[in-house]
Amino acid sequence: MAAAVTPGVTERYFTRWYKPDVKGNLCEDHCILQHSNRICVITLAEAHPLLQNGKTIKSINYQISANCSRLQNKVSGKSKRGAQFLTELAPLCRISCSDGEEYTIYSCIRGRLMEVNENILDNPAILQEKPSTEGYIAVVLPKFEESKTITQGLLTPKEYEEVLLKRFNSTS
Amino acid sequence: MFALTEKNRSIAQLLLNTGTCPRCVFRFCCVGLEASYRHPYKDLLRELHEFLEYNKEKEDRFCCEIADPPCKRIRLENMGEGAEDLNQNGALQQTPVADDVNVAMANSTLKVCNVCLGILQEFCETDFVKKVCQKVNSAEYQFTSFVFSVSLPPQLSVREHAAWLLVKEEMGKQGLSLAKEDIVQLKETYKWIIHPLFSEELGVPADGKSLFEVSVVFAHPETDEDCHFLARVCPDCFKPAKNKQSVFTRMAIIKALDKIKEEDFREHFPCPPSSPKNICAALEIQCTNGAIFVAGRYNKYSRNLPQTPWIIDGERKLESSVEELISEHLMTAFKADSFNFSSSGREDVDVRTLGSGRPFAIELVNPHRIHFTAMEMKELQQKINNSSDKIKVRDLQLVTREAIGHMKEGEEEKTKTYSALIWTDKAIQKEDIALLDDMKELKIDQKTPLRVLHRRPLAVRSRVIHTMKSEYIDDHHFRLHLKTQAGTYIKEFVHGDFGRTKPNIGFLLKRTADILELDVESVDVDWPPTLND
Repeated sequence: MAAAVTPGVTERYFTRWYKPDVKGNLCEDHCILQHSNRICVITLAEAHPLLQNGKTIKSINYQISANCSRLQNKVSGKSKRGAQFLTELAPLCRISCSDGEEYTIYSCIRGRLMEVNENILDNPAILQEKPSTEGYIAVVLPKFEESKTITQGLLTPKEYEEVLLKRFNSTS
Repeated sequence: MFALTEKNRSIAQLLLNTGTCPRCVFRFCCVGLEASYRHPYKDLLRELHEFLEYNKEKEDRFCCEIADPPCKRIRLENMGEGAEDLNQNGALQQTPVADDVNVAMANSTLKVCNVCLGILQEFCETDFVKKVCQKVNSAEYQFTSFVFSVSLPPQLSVREHAAWLLVKEEMGKQGLSLAKEDIVQLKETYKWIIHPLFSEELGVPADGKSLFEVSVVFAHPETDEDCHFLARVCPDCFKPAKNKQSVFTRMAIIKALDKIKEEDFREHFPCPPSSPKNICAALEIQCTNGAIFVAGRYNKYSRNLPQTPWIIDGERKLESSVEELISEHLMTAFKADSFNFSSSGREDVDVRTLGSGRPFAIELVNPHRIHFTAMEMKELQQKINNSSDKIKVRDLQLVTREAIGHMKEGEEEKTKTYSALIWTDKAIQKEDIALLDDMKELKIDQKTPLRVLHRRPLAVRSRVIHTMKSEYIDDHHFRLHLKTQAGTYIKEFVHGDFGRTKPNIGFLLKRTADILELDVESVDVDWPPTLND
């Protein structure tokens, strides 16, 4: 992997945090990239079912309920007024696959929604090709005073690797 | 020639009797001749008494002559004989009157004026002027003129109002009126007196536009409560404000005095105002010199040096910064209190600025030294350059505040050229990157980069990459020279910032691209003027 040889943009500026089996759904792991300025980028972790061979994404829907669409999120000014507030378990979008499965992506951290990635609506394939960069789901800004604590329940890359290893051993 | 005339007599007498100083008497008699106020205080007091007594005497004499002509003769006789039988009859006036004048004068000399609280008394004396000037001189400022500013206790307006009501009433009896605006302002009078004294002591002229300011703040704690009744009578004039220590500001008091009915005022405040025990205190004597502006261009040769101090959570990330490396020498040379650094754009901590450098300007606040020759500026520049190899300064010069606008107005329209070292994941051939050279005036859309999103608004900004010139290095590396519109985020244009800058170099080359090094080659702003070495 090239990124491992020369640390890429993600590795240079962001810390990776993992949340496995989000909402109790097996293997639906999320990865949160936290910038040193506290901004968080919500992405799919490598083991997420959506990134496994043979999956084809049919559609991505940011309309998470009848009266709440993440696409409606508008922030203004330096202080980002008007942002939707997200809790750890706030859904960001639902992704349906050609095999009929539907997956919900969650925020995983408390904070205010800055933007969702609209590029994946037109081109869902980049979600699978570059899940850690161009295929991100959303950008969330945690509260200043919570920026250190919001990642406390999340796993470091090393801890996540152990989870993957255990998971692999138990299935094989 | 004495400033008052017969028509002022009753007012002058009334004010003097109620404890008002001669200069305030002049003010309420609308004496507009500056020189009248500059006479020594003792002389003014004596002349005022003489004026009043002379007139009184004239009047008395007039009365006597009509009613009782022999009086004059008797008095004159007594005068010649001495003062043995002073109290013998009512006609023996001359001597006792002279005594009264002396007693009154002795009293008035000590007495603090009930209107100006000593501002037009002791604070016009050379002792005070000398004290202020000593303070000025000890601060070792360079200045060629001065402006004197004075802050008076706000309750003076209340006392002035009370005295005005008193005078107005007295004049009303004579069928005359007095508008408040016609009274000569206390502050104005004070400056008429004090300016020539300061000017002589400091050896430079007073000039309202001078950048060197000598300021004195007066307070009078004894009468601070004078204005408190106004808040009860006119509460809407005294709304507390966050940045005010007290609601009794000068403006609020003037507004309240403007509104308050005369009866209400008189009910709460004595007319004439009571005589205070003490004179004002000069709380603060301060000097400030107008800011000096120094401009130049800087090069930054380090990838570990921020432009401004880099402090996160109160902790310094790196020990120095461009602004500090330059400013510390200027601060010492100009003996300034503080500085403000500004520049035509900024570069990241890991970006070098080469070529002819980036224009900058530094405001030196309250400099003690202000005169520098071109030669001295050159020496100062040399000193900065000798002190560090991380930066270099050129074209260092004194500029005006207005000229700094040239630097800022160029920020958006002007172009900048960069050199970037770029890495690609898939191997490249010379031909793969040559297509960049053909792109002219490439329009890109940049969302606010994630790395600055926490402190800047989220927006999509349209920028233009004017030209690009690629230089092949090896399979995975090439150098790209770019000329762009100012305000373009170059790093994001290269790696794409999660696809948030479109198009980007990775997209144009159909591979993942990353930026390893960035240098600013030129900031195309033609200010400040280039200096010959």
